[in-house]
Amino acid sequence: MLKTFTIGGIHPSENKLTGHEHIVNLPVPDAVTIPLSMHLGVPAKAVVEKGETIRTGQLIAKGNGFVSSHIHSSVSGKVLKIDKAIDASGYKHDSIFIQVEGDEWDETIDRSDELNHRCSLSQKDIIQKINAAGIVGMGGATFPSHVKLSLPRGKKARFLIINGVECEPFLTSDHALMLEKGEELMVGISILGKALNAEKTLVGIENNKPDAIENLKKIAGKYKNISIHALKVKYPQGGEKQLIQALIHREVPSGGLPVDVGTVVFNVGTAYAVYEAVQKNKPLFERIVTVTGKSLKKPSNFRVRIGTAVNELIEAAGGMPQDTGKIINGGPMMGKALSSTFVPVTKGTSGILILNDREARRKAVEPCIRCAKCVSVCPMGMEPYLLMALSEKQMFERLESDRVMDCIECGSCSYICPANRPLLDYIRLGKSSVGKIIRTRKK
Amino acid sequence: MNKFITVAPSPHIHSGKSVERLMYGVILALIPALVVSVFFYGIGAIAVTFISIVSCVLFELLIQKFILKTQVRISDGSALVTGMLLAFNLPSNLPWWIIIIGALVSIGIGKMTFGGLGNNPFNPALVGRVFLLLSFPVQMTSYPVPKGLSTPYISNIEGFTGPTPLGILKEGIKQGTPVSDLMKELPSYLDLFLGKLGGSMGEIAGAALILGLIFLLIRKIITWHIPVSIILSVYVFTGILHLTDPSQYADPLFHILTGGILLGAIFMATDYVTSPMTSPGMLVYGIGIGVITVLIRVFGAYPEGVSFAILIMNGFVPLINRYIKPRRFGEEVKNG
Repeated sequence: MLKTFTIGGIHPSENKLTGHEHIVNLPVPDAVTIPLSMHLGVPAKAVVEKGETIRTGQLIAKGNGFVSSHIHSSVSGKVLKIDKAIDASGYKHDSIFIQVEGDEWDETIDRSDELNHRCSLSQKDIIQKINAAGIVGMGGATFPSHVKLSLPRGKKARFLIINGVECEPFLTSDHALMLEKGEELMVGISILGKALNAEKTLVGIENNKPDAIENLKKIAGKYKNISIHALKVKYPQGGEKQLIQALIHREVPSGGLPVDVGTVVFNVGTAYAVYEAVQKNKPLFERIVTVTGKSLKKPSNFRVRIGTAVNELIEAAGGMPQDTGKIINGGPMMGKALSSTFVPVTKGTSGILILNDREARRKAVEPCIRCAKCVSVCPMGMEPYLLMALSEKQMFERLESDRVMDCIECGSCSYICPANRPLLDYIRLGKSSVGKIIRTRKK
Repeated sequence: MNKFITVAPSPHIHSGKSVERLMYGVILALIPALVVSVFFYGIGAIAVTFISIVSCVLFELLIQKFILKTQVRISDGSALVTGMLLAFNLPSNLPWWIIIIGALVSIGIGKMTFGGLGNNPFNPALVGRVFLLLSFPVQMTSYPVPKGLSTPYISNIEGFTGPTPLGILKEGIKQGTPVSDLMKELPSYLDLFLGKLGGSMGEIAGAALILGLIFLLIRKIITWHIPVSIILSVYVFTGILHLTDPSQYADPLFHILTGGILLGAIFMATDYVTSPMTSPGMLVYGIGIGVITVLIRVFGAYPEGVSFAILIMNGFVPLINRYIKPRRFGEEVKNG
């Protein structure tokens, strides 16, 4: 029996169209727009000025405080302006506009393909380097990695868990990485293990990627204390709490963090970025992005410079299909619909998914028939039908006591509902109101 | 490209499940039992089912269109299911006008008064059935004798009707006959399993109902919790009684194969709207139904009690939903 999490879960069609596509370097674009806020926390502060000439990999914005992240240029060229630009959120945020001239990399970056195994840095130096490279969680949450690695006093991470689950349908950027950059990835993982002084490292991969599992198992043989685990395919296994439960059978308490059960979780994409940062001195300025969709001519896995406009990715994948109905930043379950394709790829962009008109349409909402399917699929053991009703009626106290804040917004409830009820939409509304109430109470 | 695209919150894909598909799944699961019923009771089974379905759907249509003046939703298949389940709870020789009254009570009082699908606290088909049982006790309890396909529809004549196995048992015990003697008069277990006995048209065929259950489980239309907890609790409760005094109490297998336990456990108690929302809640509900059924059968005035037990437990569902919560993630923190 394969391991998996025990409460709820669904199995949507996997649709991994790009599972066997090699990673292709997307040509450097003519211009990039780099938002100053591509991470969770305080936006970075620009340290370059209009007209300044910069190199690829040069620091262009400094993290503002501890929970923030440095930002580096993904191209060489001239700073056009620092101004507001619409990003993937649909809102305008401060961004640095750069006109590309050539591709001149900062000379401190090691551009060779040679594998560098050895790392003799101390824990502190590793974390410092990761911070300097502007690394954030690349699974989508974009939480600054150096913050995660700096454990609160008295806490210990016995287990390092590496998330190679990629449970979102359609997305394959992590899969491609595990296949093509397995050696580098494992070095990155071992560096993270060293930074945390973890006793054991567990890599979780869903069983629909047997080639990736086999590849990493082969490489992991050379390392002590790193084990690869095949998991039963079930969404949302890539959720931090679900993955921890699947692998070590411990449940992160309500309102708690993984470190409360002695674990820290990183995505494989992050581990690869750590390898590049620590061993190759390369800051985070490019990433793998899956561009996919059933109507797309050439669904692909691209290596993309951060700040590249989404429409350039779509052009490279065969152009925008005629029947496009929705463009999603991320996967179909948790990704965000874009209102424009002229928004930049950021550190957290794992995929661009194009749904056709038919797939994009929501069906008419019908009355709840109390079939209890939402309750049975909820991975947090909550009652979505009830939370939706309480949210509609603005009964915030009961929303809180029925644990609305535990919701991880995986969307399993809305996905399964036979009456097409917008359960998660209402739960999000309730969550945001309850969150405000909790914050005012704390003050 | 000048084209409007949709911008909406996640999730962006849907399972494709729909209310209609679930309802038609239930209808498919009921087909084997209908076939068995026709096989033993003949044309009457078809007539009762047909009248019940048509009048249920028609009443729902009329009420939605002319009284509630809301969107007509008969295509969701729920009235069809109610009609079919009502028919399954009636004898196959019931006069047409009584069936129509039953349909009116089911849909009108049982369902639409509360706001239609999703809002009714009690199982509509059972509301109709119990109303008829109390209003027309004679017609509702003169079951046709299974005489095969050639059984005429209106057969309320001597020689064509007979009591149910549970009725025989109840009467016999009242007169002091030991259960072991009564058993000789009753159909064999094989007959009970295949459906050769007197009873409501849908409750007779254990094998066909279990086939329906397997279909419902495979298609994930229902979960095992309610049927299994009802059947197991009836088995355990009647088993204990049987062990204490075999001459007074029939054995548990007999109880499970008679009097609509299977129909109730598989199709009536699992009605989405009137059953609990969590798995532990479903177990409590199922055990409640099992225990009340046995209490009515053994100690009450009626020979059978599934319908009443389900309706009583329907009444407890809001309470169960309020207090019995699913197992929350992070509730049992294991630190080892």
